Amino acid sequence: RRDVLVLTPWLAPIVWEGTFNRDILNAQYMQKNLVTGVVTFAVKKYWFFIEGFMSSANKYFLAGHQVNFYLFTDNPEQISHLQMAAENHLFVITVQNHSQWQDISMSRMDIISRYILSQFQYEVDYLYSIDIDVQLFEHIGVEIIDTLVGTISSWQYTARRESKSYETRTESQAAIPKGEGDFYYTASFYGGSVAEVYKLTRACFKGVMEDRKNDIEARWHDESHLNKYLLYHKPTRLLSPEYYWDEEL
Amino acid sequence: RRQDVLTVTPWLAPIVWEGTFNSEILDSAYRPLNLTIGVTAFAIGKYTRFVGHFLESAEKHFMKGYRVNYYIFTDNPETIPDVQLQPGRRFVIVPIKKYPSWQEISMRRMEAINKHIAETSHQEVDYLFCLDIDMVFYNAWGPETLGDIVAAIHPGYFNVPRSQFPYERRSSSAAYIPDGEGDFYYGGAVFGGLVKKVYEFTKTCHMTILMDKANGIMAAWQEESHLNRHFLSHKPSKVLSPEYLWDDRKPKPPEIHLIRFSTVDKNYKEVRD
Repeated sequence: RRDVLVLTPWLAPIVWEGTFNRDILNAQYMQKNLVTGVVTFAVKKYWFFIEGFMSSANKYFLAGHQVNFYLFTDNPEQISHLQMAAENHLFVITVQNHSQWQDISMSRMDIISRYILSQFQYEVDYLYSIDIDVQLFEHIGVEIIDTLVGTISSWQYTARRESKSYETRTESQAAIPKGEGDFYYTASFYGGSVAEVYKLTRACFKGVMEDRKNDIEARWHDESHLNKYLLYHKPTRLLSPEYYWDEEL
Repeated sequence: RRQDVLTVTPWLAPIVWEGTFNSEILDSAYRPLNLTIGVTAFAIGKYTRFVGHFLESAEKHFMKGYRVNYYIFTDNPETIPDVQLQPGRRFVIVPIKKYPSWQEISMRRMEAINKHIAETSHQEVDYLFCLDIDMVFYNAWGPETLGDIVAAIHPGYFNVPRSQFPYERRSSSAAYIPDGEGDFYYGGAVFGGLVKKVYEFTKTCHMTILMDKANGIMAAWQEESHLNRHFLSHKPSKVLSPEYLWDDRKPKPPEIHLIRFSTVDKNYKEVRD
């Protein structure tokens, strides 16, 4: 691929179709006997997306490898019988709902870090947080597996640095100084090793709580905090907007 | 950014060329980690004559601003010159035995490095690079080279079809690579990575070298052949472009913007005797 940037200035690969050979990567992944987890939330009306997400993810997400799906929902009764591939597991975890969607969004960080500590670290090597309102149309494979992985937001892909949606108000913990920032990452798909995701979610939630105390809310909520974190803790691998494309574009 | 060369392998390991990385960003990520980088180099017999120039040039260009330990393996400690080092950088002589032929000397490096890691350097360094001594640094070699398992593309074969790579082609050798297989031809003069990983692959290479010895066969390019076999099945996590392993006898092609580390012109016959 010569038409796109395939390597960041800190030598992290940017994953685009055409840059990798999935067979080679599958062989490497299997050598190491790894287990990957997916965390997703279906709270309030979002229960509607569960079936679409789970059936497409079950088919297309790391097909052929063991995946543990951790589905957090306030509506466990709404989950119709979901057929899982033999190698995959589904864990349904009931959560409280909150009044506003932003709160749910931001408390995800807290929930993820707490569950990593109490459960996920014993069950998976790598963990990805993916929004439930997506459907996979193509295989997403082991090319996503690395220590700390962010996905370039499709909305922001061509935007120049100044127009990116970073939080700029210095009162917020998520503030990024003017002129700084490598890429704009989407909070809809990020992940990495369980240890790194723990550090990321802890740091983001700390920022969220600090902002709440100071009565400020970041422009794009947990996504703003994610972007701040990934600016100062560079991802070891980036996924191109192919990996999270908003149909509305 | 570079569009004229391949900058990522099919297994998503970066290939490091000038123009693909920003040294400031990398330094700001690596410096705070307080790392120590080790270098092994073998100066046996007449090869001790290269030590002075190697070290002086390394002091100017290799991992500036980082703690560095140079481990010079030699059968002749008295002939090693005393070189002035920057603060935070140390020089250690590792006495070893000299084998009768240059091929044997070359191949025993894997065993010597592996043994030394187990006994000493695993406690002293985070990353280890194993370099040939008959070389000189001409430009910066920095943290862009750090990775779990690092190999360098041989300067003679980076622009050449796979069928022409000088892999060992006899199936009786443990270094055998069949026609049609192979990613790159890696040079034996530069390899490295996390000290734990270097320990693992020097052990494997030494095992395959011994297997060949037991079968009365010596691979086409000695340990370089075994290294290539190993890196085919256990792919490097980072690949260095030929900027990091150049041969000054070659004319510089347009893809090479900067030569960082290169051979010293010498009379092979004379110095190997």
